[in-house]
Order: sequence, then structure tokens, then C-alpha cells
Amino acid sequence: MSVVTSYARALAVREGRAQPIATVRHLHLAADPMVLIPLRLAGEAAAPLGAMVGNDPARPRLLVVPQPRNRDLRFAFMAELARIVLPYIESRATATETVTGKNERERYLDAPQVIVPGRGAVEFVRLLGRSTRFRRTDGPYPVDPAVPVLGQWLTFLYERAEFAGSSALVPMTEALTLHWATGQSPMEDANLATLLAWICPPPGLDAREAAAAAEDPAHRPPAGPDTDPGFDAQVLRPAIEAYDASGSPEQVREALRTQLEPTWRLMWQAVDLLRGLPEAASVVDRWALDRDRYTREIARLAEGGPPRGRRDQAGSAAARLWDMESARQSYDAQRAYDDPLVMAEHRATGKAFAGEVVHVEADRMILLPGGRKPVLRPLVTVRSADPVRLAPGKKVFSAHRRRQSGEIVEVDGDLVVVQLNDQLAKGAGVPAAGDAVCFTELDLGGRIRPGFPAAEETPWTHGGPPAAYEPTDEDAEEAWS
Amino acid sequence: MTVTRFPDPLGLVPAAPWPEEDPGVAADRATAAILADFTGGRHRGVIVDSPPGAGKSTLVVATTLELAGAGERLMIVAQTNEQVDDLADKIATRNPALTIGRLHKDGFLVPERVTRHPGVRASKKVDDVASCAVVLATADKWAYVSGHTWQWAIIDEAYQMRSDKLLAIAALFERALFVGDPGQLDPFSVVETERWAGLAWDPMQSAVAVTARLNDLPVHRLPVSWRLPASAAPLVSEAFYPFTPFRSGTGPGERVLELAGPGSPVTGTPAAWDRALEEAAATGWALHELPSRHTIRTDADAVRACAGLAARLVERGAVAHDEHGSHGVDAARVAIGAAHNDQVAAIRAAGVPDGVTVDTANRLQGREYDVTIVLHPLSGRRDATAFHLESGRLCVLTSRHRHACVVVARAGIPELLDAHPSTGRVRLNEPVKFPDGWEANQAVLAHLAAHRVPG
Repeated sequence: MSVVTSYARALAVREGRAQPIATVRHLHLAADPMVLIPLRLAGEAAAPLGAMVGNDPARPRLLVVPQPRNRDLRFAFMAELARIVLPYIESRATATETVTGKNERERYLDAPQVIVPGRGAVEFVRLLGRSTRFRRTDGPYPVDPAVPVLGQWLTFLYERAEFAGSSALVPMTEALTLHWATGQSPMEDANLATLLAWICPPPGLDAREAAAAAEDPAHRPPAGPDTDPGFDAQVLRPAIEAYDASGSPEQVREALRTQLEPTWRLMWQAVDLLRGLPEAASVVDRWALDRDRYTREIARLAEGGPPRGRRDQAGSAAARLWDMESARQSYDAQRAYDDPLVMAEHRATGKAFAGEVVHVEADRMILLPGGRKPVLRPLVTVRSADPVRLAPGKKVFSAHRRRQSGEIVEVDGDLVVVQLNDQLAKGAGVPAAGDAVCFTELDLGGRIRPGFPAAEETPWTHGGPPAAYEPTDEDAEEAWS
Repeated sequence: MTVTRFPDPLGLVPAAPWPEEDPGVAADRATAAILADFTGGRHRGVIVDSPPGAGKSTLVVATTLELAGAGERLMIVAQTNEQVDDLADKIATRNPALTIGRLHKDGFLVPERVTRHPGVRASKKVDDVASCAVVLATADKWAYVSGHTWQWAIIDEAYQMRSDKLLAIAALFERALFVGDPGQLDPFSVVETERWAGLAWDPMQSAVAVTARLNDLPVHRLPVSWRLPASAAPLVSEAFYPFTPFRSGTGPGERVLELAGPGSPVTGTPAAWDRALEEAAATGWALHELPSRHTIRTDADAVRACAGLAARLVERGAVAHDEHGSHGVDAARVAIGAAHNDQVAAIRAAGVPDGVTVDTANRLQGREYDVTIVLHPLSGRRDATAFHLESGRLCVLTSRHRHACVVVARAGIPELLDAHPSTGRVRLNEPVKFPDGWEANQAVLAHLAAHRVPG
């Protein structure tokens, strides 16, 4: 846990209320996000029990599987879910914009955003995607044609969620803890009800009391995907037995409604909370990446693209890891550049420093090693009260002039000398004495990915070219089943 | 594709029984066998496991000179610019007539110790250096090279290279010699990588692990550590290389560290610092043990002890006698190692003599000093996480010295270990890694217990 967050947590305990650790919202929030709260049957890996879903807070749609051990009912549930989720996802693909540049392409102006309660639900989305995307619409156990399509989209959403800074599939508890620090442990923060109790306790209540009250599963049922064991034993089991006896799903429906409605209200309350924060500057760029991926997936599916394999090949795994690390690096840097509270964290650990320019040598010319004529390399001396832990020679970036880089020349007490290396055309980009500046080693990244071999060119070190991937019915089987 | 199983570590035994012969002869024989296996051309790859200070660079240089002498072109891959520069310097010194290409990224300043050799050509463009007999670059730079191929490649520090980096450059060469130290730190990532756990080509494995898993390659070992003294080699070998023992190049008594007079003590110097240094000088090890307490990461007492021990050592002055003669141990021959960057910064801020290296385990990899002072990764902690238990971290920290190592720690680490048995998740198809960090930590602590100096 970082210094600023630890401090904010201690402060939250003392103040009896969660403390902000961000001044702006670091994720995209769609005008009408789709909220999905899935539940599963205890003791099963991927047996859906029910879900509350929709993009209108006033009109939640409740779906249930009255007998979750019945596979036909499970896939009927998935088909029903597909009829709600697919129109939402596919309707984002309307107007496009042209992205110019090296790789000119069309991109949809919108993309789907699905919000789930927490990390557990994200994982459940992965499992639901995996259990449906390989299903066949013909043959021995046919499913509704919408089911495998839903599986492809759920997989798409999950795989986007693996990239830092993506807003395609958002776990709400993590979105909130990105912006507020509570006085409870990170483990307890995974409970949406107590987390919200810390952030906005009911009037007249201290956050600690509110959080303690919110832990009562009778009053605030778990946000899923796992249900409360007491509910399972006392309410759900009789309800399922009643369905088995009568064939009427009503009792299961009503039981699940009591479990899902409180979370539904909390989810929209949290959406409103996040909407109250102004959007950070870089969010629009990161959302553009989500839109790019969405555009590509729409095109891929339109061409009859096969379901994603269960495993990555050597080349695609390496490329994906590179992309994930690159996304993580840009995301961490962008958040710091966008938000002084996040930058404070890096200043406290010595990865950045802020201060006032006390001296500028604006027209300093030096001869670079191997160079023929001198080039402009201004020196800026900054007085900073921060603990600077950047060694001379370290490459730094200006937080105020993004992409302008320089290097540390000298650190002497509270004075830091920085040499500016680029973005100096026509005398621009050099701060003046008295200016407030901030330099950091956080790199926005954006380097070009090295070429990893295509599957058919996999080198001997990595086992040589694998057999071409053909989705088969066996893909739906698990190694341990 | 055939997948061969990674050799079972329990099945590995030293090629020969514990050698009784002269260590130089054993090392020479190992080197000759490696060269014959690699240049003989029966295998596309040859793996060389090297314990700390076993002459890895010497082997790389010898192989390079042999191949270049036979008129072959080869590429060398290392992991950091410093490693590449070291190798370029060594090769050029041994054979000034050789044309050597030093390929680097745009904006990198090649140090003088490389450019001073007339045979070295440094460039950011591969076309400028491709005709050289030997071309060296970091793995990161090689990843962006295309359009040229080499018959031979030497991959240095291959256990610190990630499998995905090897994938990006594997098309450049036909045959490769993988050289590295399996006991050091594993490659890591800042993102969640469980997605690939268990896959034979999991990009998070080391370059050696992936290649050995998917190909049947001969594995050689360098049997002698020339760096570690006789007091350290048996412990490091037993704790971190339990199935591949090695020996020290020098016998007991061949390395002597002599502390000069008491000097004028640093004001307020705890007498325990001197006692710890004396114990280390006499036996090769000392555990400077502070009272048991849970502390923050930058434990003020431990930090002060690390800096104070270094200051006192430099102040007293020491003379090191070894197989090459005698020399004074100046600040440049002393290093302080810690697990975290903030600990390193705190130790530096506590007043370390000029010239003493203070760095994290990651950056001390591959370096060598006469005396090292180590802030134990588990000192003062309430928990033992996988990061702090990682055997590679402790191995790097306790195997950088030629003479003596002083470990600074809070009391109570054995109890902490007992309270936190390692409970890493077991995943399908993932090779079991040896040694276990928990066990390695216990072995080192058990040995240090005999060298305890209460602080």
C-alpha cells in the first residue's frame, strides 16, 4: 500500500468517512452503462443462478434459473441474457469516425460498457464466456444461436478487462477504491455495501457504524457472484424444491429479487458518485482504445470469426503480455500526469518532484558526443521540498509539457538541475524563473511493439509451428472434467 | 510438436562425483566439454548453468574467440547495457584485431571503456555493424532487429531473460549457447500473468526454461565458483543449488581478510559493529542481530546499522589476501544490498562512505565485491510474502562477496518463517521450482546462527 493511500486510510478512520485519493475520474463512464449483477449456485464453478441486468436504473431485468443443476435451463438463461446484452452491445456500432495517421481506419464513436459489482463477477464473466462460446447451435446438445455469440462478447469484455485502463468491463468496487480510501482493509473494500457505507454513510451515521451495519447479509445481501450461505439454506433451497414440485419459478424469482435489488440500487448509487467527478484528461484516449478494439471485434465477428482459443500460442501470448505491460505503464503514468493527488504519491516515493524554477539557462548550447554542431540544451534549476531520489543521468519528463523529456544533471540539497532535451523549437517549452514545474520518471510509453513471430513461424526455441487451431467440440471440455 | 519434460530436479546429480582434483582442472574440463558440444553442431542449443562467480563471462569470451577464430560470425545477447559493455570490453581486450559491433538504441552513450578499442564499431543501426565478426546488443535492442541472421548466438544471463524476449529474437540465429545462473532472480512482470501459467511457452518463464522444456538440450555446469570463498561456497551451494553442487576455487585459509587497527571510532559507534566486522573477517560470515521487533520497511535501526557497518569497515581499513596477492579493501570493494528501492534510498541517506555501492538485489546481480553488507529481506517483517521469500533474492545478496558477508537482521526471522510456510498456488503443468525459498531461507539462517553478534 502506498504512502498517500496509507495516510488517507488512517485519516478515514479518524474522520469516520472515506477520503478522496483522486481529484478526477480515471475511468470512462458511458451515458448509459449496462449494469450486470450475476449470481451463481454455491459449489459450482459456472452454474448461473440468476442475474439482474439493464442500462436503465428504473427498469432492472431479473433473470433466474429456477433449477441451476438443469443444463437446459442454464442455457435458456444464457439465451435470455443474450437477448438483453447483445442488442446493447451491438447497438453501439452505428456512427464511425476516421482515424487518420499511419494506420488509417474507421472507428465506432461508441462502445459497450458493462459494470459488474467486483472482481468475482469479472471472473464469473470469464467463466460464462468460456462455457458458452464453444457451444454449437446444431448437433447433439444445440443451444440458441444467440448463446455462442454472447459467449464471444463476454470473452471480449473479460479480455479487455485484463488491460489496465480499459473501461469496457468495470468492477465497481475497484472503480471506487481507485478514487476513495476507506478505513477498512483492502479485503473488506471488496464488499460493495461496506465500501459505499464508508464513502457516503447515511445521514447521522458514522462510516464505521454504517459499514458494520452493511455487513449484515440479511440487510445487505452479498453482491455476488456467491450468495449468502444462510440464504442458500433457508430460502433458496426450499424455493428450488418448490420449483421441482410445482414447475413454477415464482418462488425462486422472488427469493433472488430480494438478493439482487439492494445491490442494483447500490450499483447505480455508485455510478452517480463516479459521475460526480470530472473526467481525467487521458480517459478519452484510453476509451478510444476500447472503441478501437470493439470496432475490430465487430468486424471479426461479422466475418464469422471463430471463438477465441482456450490457450494463447507462443507468439500471441508474448504480444499480449507486451501490450498488457505497455497499457499498465501508460495507465500509471497518465493517472499521475492527470491528477496531482496521484502525482503526490510518486513525489512521496521520490519518483517525481515538484517545485519552483529558480534559475534558467535558456540558450545553453552543447556539443553532443559524436555531433558536429552544438545543439540547444537548456538547463532549468528547480527548488523542491520533495525527497528527490532520481540519480544524475536519469531520464525525466515534464508533467506540465507532456512528452517533453530531459535528464537530471545534478541534485544538491533542495536544488535539482534538469537539462531539457526536446520540444524546444523556437524557444518554446522552456519554463521561466518562478514557474511551478513537476518532473517525473514516469514514462507515458507508446513504443512500437517488437515483431513477434506468427504462429506458423514459431521458432525452434518455442517448440516450432503448432498445428493450426480448429475449434472443436472438445474445447468445451475442461482438463479436469 | 513434441514436448519433452523439464528434467526432474530430484534426478539431477553432478556429472562426476564430488571432484577431488584441482579446481582449475575441473573448470577447464567443463569449459572444453561445453565448447565441444556447442561448436560440434549436434545440438541447436546448449545450456550452461553457472553458480555465482564461476567464470560465466570467461566462458562467453572464450567461446566467442574460438568461433571468431574459426571465421564464424556470431551475435551476443545480454540483458543490460552494462553487461553488453563489459563483454565488448573483455572480448576486444583479448583480441584487439577482431571487428566488434556494439549495437545500441538511439541516444545511448557507449562508454569509453568500449569505444577505446579500435576494433569496436558502435551504432544504432544493424546495417552498420552486421559485417562485424561479433555483434553485441541487449535483448531489448535485438528485438527490433530484422533482415540479418547469424549462425551462432550466445545468450548471456539467460535465466534473467524472459521467454517472450527470446521469442522476439529467435529468428535471428540458428544455434544458441544459453549461459546463466539458475539461482538468481526470476524474471517478473508488473501485470497479472496467471493466464499463461502451465503453458510450455508461458512468456513469464526464463528463456532457458522454455527452450529446455520444448527441446532436448544438453545441460552443462560450471563446477567451480572462483568468487565465493571456501567459507561461503558450501552454504550457497547447499541452500540455493541443492541438486547441482559446486565448490570454491580456493581452499580454507587461502582468503584472509585482515582488519586494520581500531581507528578512531565514528562517534557513537556501537561496539557491536566492530564485533560483527571482526566475526565476519575471521569466519566469512556475521549476523548482526537487532532486537526482535516489527518495523516499517525502512527500519531506522537496521538502516543505521547497514550504513554504520560500511562506514566503520572503510574507516578501520582492511587488507584482503587472496590467490592474486594482497590489496586494501577500499570503499569501491564494499557493497550494501537490500530488497527494496526505498531501503536503498534510506541507507544512502544514512551516510554511506563515498564509493560504497548501495543497491537492490536486482541490480547487484552479476556484480562482485570483497565485503558485502546485506539487509535481510525478512528483517522486521510481520509476514513472509513470496517476494521476500524468493530464493533468488537471498541468493544474489549472499553470493556477491569474495571475502566476507555481514547480514543485518531483526531477531525472530526463524519464527516468522515457521509462521508463514510457503503456500504458493500449485498450477497444472507448471514445473516445480527448486530450491524452495522458505527452505533456502532456513538453511541460510541456520548457518548464520553460529555467527550471531547481538546488536
